[in-house]
Amino acid sequence: MYITKFSRLGAHMIKGLTRDCASSARFSGCQFSVDILFGYVVDKHRFFSSTAAGNAHEGGDEDKEKISVTFVDKDGEEKQIKVPIGMSMLEAAHENDIELEGACEGSLACSTCHVIVMDMEYYNKLEDPTDEENDMLDLAFGLTETSRLGCQVIAKPELDGLRLALPAATRNFAVDGYKPKPH
Amino acid sequence: MLKKHQGAEVDIVDRLPTPYGLVRSGVAPDHPETKIVTNQFSRVAQNERCSFIGNVSLGSSVSFTELREMYHVVVLAYGAESDRALGIPGEDLAGIHSAREFVWWYNGHPDCRYWSPDLKSTDTAVILGQGNVALDVARILLRPAAELATTDIASHALAALEESSIRKVYLVGRRGPVQAACTAKELREVLGIKDLHINIQEADLVKTPADEEELKNNRIHRRVYELLSKAAMSGPSHCYTGQRELHFVFFRNPDRFLDSDDRSGHVAGVRFEKTILKESAGSGKQVAVGTGQFEDLESRLVLKSIGYKSVPVDGLPFDANKGIVPNIGGRVLIDSSGDHAQIEGVYVCGWLKRGPTGIIATNLYCAEETIASISEDLETVLASATSLPKPGREGLLRLLESRNVKVIPFNAWEKIDIEEKRLGSLKNKPRDKLTTWGELLKVAL
Repeated sequence: MYITKFSRLGAHMIKGLTRDCASSARFSGCQFSVDILFGYVVDKHRFFSSTAAGNAHEGGDEDKEKISVTFVDKDGEEKQIKVPIGMSMLEAAHENDIELEGACEGSLACSTCHVIVMDMEYYNKLEDPTDEENDMLDLAFGLTETSRLGCQVIAKPELDGLRLALPAATRNFAVDGYKPKPH
Repeated sequence: MLKKHQGAEVDIVDRLPTPYGLVRSGVAPDHPETKIVTNQFSRVAQNERCSFIGNVSLGSSVSFTELREMYHVVVLAYGAESDRALGIPGEDLAGIHSAREFVWWYNGHPDCRYWSPDLKSTDTAVILGQGNVALDVARILLRPAAELATTDIASHALAALEESSIRKVYLVGRRGPVQAACTAKELREVLGIKDLHINIQEADLVKTPADEEELKNNRIHRRVYELLSKAAMSGPSHCYTGQRELHFVFFRNPDRFLDSDDRSGHVAGVRFEKTILKESAGSGKQVAVGTGQFEDLESRLVLKSIGYKSVPVDGLPFDANKGIVPNIGGRVLIDSSGDHAQIEGVYVCGWLKRGPTGIIATNLYCAEETIASISEDLETVLASATSLPKPGREGLLRLLESRNVKVIPFNAWEKIDIEEKRLGSLKNKPRDKLTTWGELLKVAL
């Protein structure tokens, strides 16, 4: 319990700081704080192993640093995977053989990793898309109110239970004359 | 195709000795992120059931009919290698080029190695069109050359741009800022060029109710319009001498090109007819209509960016009107009239199928559709009497050898790749492209 709360706190701090940096990019102290925080995150294991949490929880700790995400493919089939905190949904999909294209390999230059966040509640937990992500979403097929690029959705504790649909089902409408194949 | 059919073998025939099509010859040198997709293309080409067969030209090295005889399925995906014409007086004057030629030139396409725009005898360039290609061309002309020096831009183009005297670029569109054909990313990029004066007439930004309606239904146009409005409001109104300028000119339709006073056959300017928008019956879209008022713009360099066009191939049905191969869902039809008879085993994909628009992702879906059509037909194709065992790759390579065509397989392209990267590392570029047929073949063979 203690550990979970703690790592959540860390994530909130990261979130807060990132936002801070974006809004005051010229503030020189910003980079400094990120460095400290980064050091803190990296040292977390060592920190815990020397406190009351002890070594016994180490296995459990690892699990708690992953969240559960469900991908729903174009046939409606679901696949639940565990995604480590900090990993993008594009990387996670590729590590788990989920067919999500990533033509530009996460460099925000294409729209092929388009995913649809299935619950508004989860969508609202994400940072707003940047202008650059919106530029790419402009070009995505079957864009919805809760569309995002998989490479920009990064696992964080609050997203545990996230459900993402691959927009493949909408491909049928993307090109005129396409006849869906019976199964 | 490889994924969907485990028994399929796929040969990719390319007229160039280099793979990747538009990613190499079309994507701008300062868009390296977009080119990352070549990693994926390379993995496909290295699949053991796939071969790249470069330096083989459809029509001259091998005919369309021969390909059909040798393979069960032929997919035509040779894109759009020509340009739409305006069809107005003076279009043949010197100094008027297509944007495609300019793009091939800066991207080191071997067919444009000895083509060269005159960037030194004038300070003004007019670009006709406001799509992403037009913006690419404007950006390459206006960006400080030093910023391009570390990209994979062709060295001959970089040298010419370093000496360029072009300071003013006009981007001219027939319709208004609500209808501009570019996307937000490219627009944001050109508006963000360091120390560039942006000129947009505020009067052009006034929206009619029909414009509002169009924007409501189109996210891209909405975001493009917002960027243009913001740029119009924020820029400093005066620019200093020698500063680079980008002018967005709306509601102007090119009427004729003007010859120089000395009748030298060199363009001196463009005459535009002012336009207004009228709703075209039924389509719900607004089209530009002439007003009978004219205005001249002086320029000795004009780049037409009004669309690419595919070229027909002997024996292949072609809809000259639309500039595509007639098809339904990628199945090639005998003609484009009402008759929907299909040519067995022949398919089309990409720009040749849909016309020259769309991005990498568009072509991904387009390919999926064509593959779905092939999959549905495959049993019939394989069962048909005319499709006894086909010689495939072996047959093609034998034929090409007998014709003395030097085939460039993928591992020969890799030699070009390595050499280009080596040359690039000497100049602090990701690669320095080989840009003549001679050099490319010499390194590969």
